[in-house]
Amino acid sequence: MSELSVNHLLGIKYITEADIQLIFETADHFKEVINRPIKKVPSLRDITIANLFFENSTRTRLSFELAEKRLSADVINFSAAQSSVKKGETLIDTVNNILSMKVDMVVMRHPNPGAGVFLSQHIQASIVNAGDGAHEHPTQALLDSYSIRERLGDVAGKNVVIVGDILHSRVALSNIFALKLQGANVKVCGPLTLIPKYIETLGVEVEPDLRKALQWCDVANMLRVQNERMDISYFPSTREYTQQFGVDKALLDSLDKEIVIMHPGPINRGVEITSDVADSKQAIILNQVENGVAIRMAVIYLLASKIKN
Amino acid sequence: MSQKVLLSSREIHIILHRLACQLVENHLDFKNTVLIGIQPRGKYLADRLARLLRDSYGIENIQLGYLDITFYRDDFRRSDKPLEANKTQIDFLVEDRKVVFIDDVLYTGRSIRAALTAIQSFGRPAEIELLTLIDRRFSRHLPIQPDYRGRQVDAINCEKVKVMWEENEGEDVIYLVED
Repeated sequence: MSELSVNHLLGIKYITEADIQLIFETADHFKEVINRPIKKVPSLRDITIANLFFENSTRTRLSFELAEKRLSADVINFSAAQSSVKKGETLIDTVNNILSMKVDMVVMRHPNPGAGVFLSQHIQASIVNAGDGAHEHPTQALLDSYSIRERLGDVAGKNVVIVGDILHSRVALSNIFALKLQGANVKVCGPLTLIPKYIETLGVEVEPDLRKALQWCDVANMLRVQNERMDISYFPSTREYTQQFGVDKALLDSLDKEIVIMHPGPINRGVEITSDVADSKQAIILNQVENGVAIRMAVIYLLASKIKN
Repeated sequence: MSQKVLLSSREIHIILHRLACQLVENHLDFKNTVLIGIQPRGKYLADRLARLLRDSYGIENIQLGYLDITFYRDDFRRSDKPLEANKTQIDFLVEDRKVVFIDDVLYTGRSIRAALTAIQSFGRPAEIELLTLIDRRFSRHLPIQPDYRGRQVDAINCEKVKVMWEENEGEDVIYLVED
C-alpha cells in the first residue's frame, strides 16, 4: 500500500495499522532528508498550509511549521489570541475565510474535543489534528511509536506504561490507540483520580504501583501533570505526587533491566521525572523531538498527495 | 502484449565493459569522481559498473551512492498513482567532485531533471555527467542528453523498455514490450 486510507488525520482512532506503517516508512526517508547539509525538498511547492492554533503551543507548532517549510509548502500562521475569534466569529466562519484565500490544508489545535472532526464535515481542505482538548494528538502518538521502533526495533509485543495524568491527556489516548493497533501491551499508572473510568475497555490495564509498572515495562512514557486543565484538586500536593509517581535515578537503577524513558514535553523537572533521568542515556526525549519533524513531514506529504488539482 | 529481446545477456556484458572503459578513459583513477545510481532502477546498473571497475579494471576506492528523486519530481499530485520513495544513500559530500549519474533508461529526461535538483542537497558538484544503458531517441521532453550511452533505440510511446538484472530478476536481459 502506498496511500493513506483517510483524507484527514483527525485521530489514531480513524486510521489503520497499514497507515501507521506507511507513515513510518515515509518518515524514514524524511529523517534522512533532514540530516542532509541542505534539509529541504521541493515536493509541496504548490501547497499552502494554514496553522490554526486556538490553544497555546510551542513545540508542536514549531515542529509542524518546520516540517511544512522543509517540504517547501507555503505557510500561514494564525493564533487565536490575536484574532477575530475574540470578536465572536465562529470556527467555521474563521476557517472558511482562511480557505477562501486558497489554502489546501489546515493544521489545527483547539481546546474542544472533536473540533477537527466537526470541521472536516464542513470544509473541503485536508485537516491535521494537532491536539483537540483532552481527545487526541495523533502526530505525537505517531512520533512516540516511531521513536520506540527506532530504539527497540519494533513496537509489537513491547510493554509500554503510560504514567501520570491520563484523564486530561490527549497524548495518552492517542498513544493507547496507536500502541494497541501495533500490537504492544499497554498499562497506565497514576493517581486513581487521574485514571478515567472504564479505561479497561480500551484494552489497557491499570497498575497503581509505579515500581511494579516500571519493573514490567520496556518503555515508560512519563506525562506532565496538566495543572491548567484541573478545575478541582486531584491529589493532595505536588510533593506527594512526586513521591508516588515521580521517577528518579535511584528508582531506575534499582530495576533489574534498563528501560526507555519518554516524555512528550514540556517537562516539569523534579515533578514527573528528575533532571538526571531526563538527561540520562535511557531518555529519548530529544530523539522524540527530532522524529516529530520527520513524522509530521510524512503525514503532510501523504495527505497532500491525496489532494488533486 | 508482446515483447522482443532488445539486448541479450552477452550483449549487455559487452556494453557494460565498453561503458566501464569509457569511464576509465575520462576519469582515470576516479580520485575526484563519484558514481550516483538513480533510484530505483539505476541502482543495479551502478552496482554492476562499480563492481566491474573494481574487479576488471583494478580501480580501488570507488565512491558509490544512490539518489532517490521522488521528492523532487514535477508530477507530484499529477500522476494517478501515489509516488513511492526509495532510499537515498550518499555518505559523502559532492562539493567540487565530478558526479556521474547512472540510470538504466533515458526517456523523457524528467527524472534526470529532478536528479539535477536533488543532488544539490549534497553540495555543488564540479561537473555532472550522465550514463545510461538505453537511450530512447526522439522522446525527450527536456534538453537532456547522455554523455555515455549503451544502446540507442527508437521506441514509440506505447512501447516500454524493460531492463532485467540477474541479481534481481534472475537474468540479464532487456526487452522491448508493447502493450
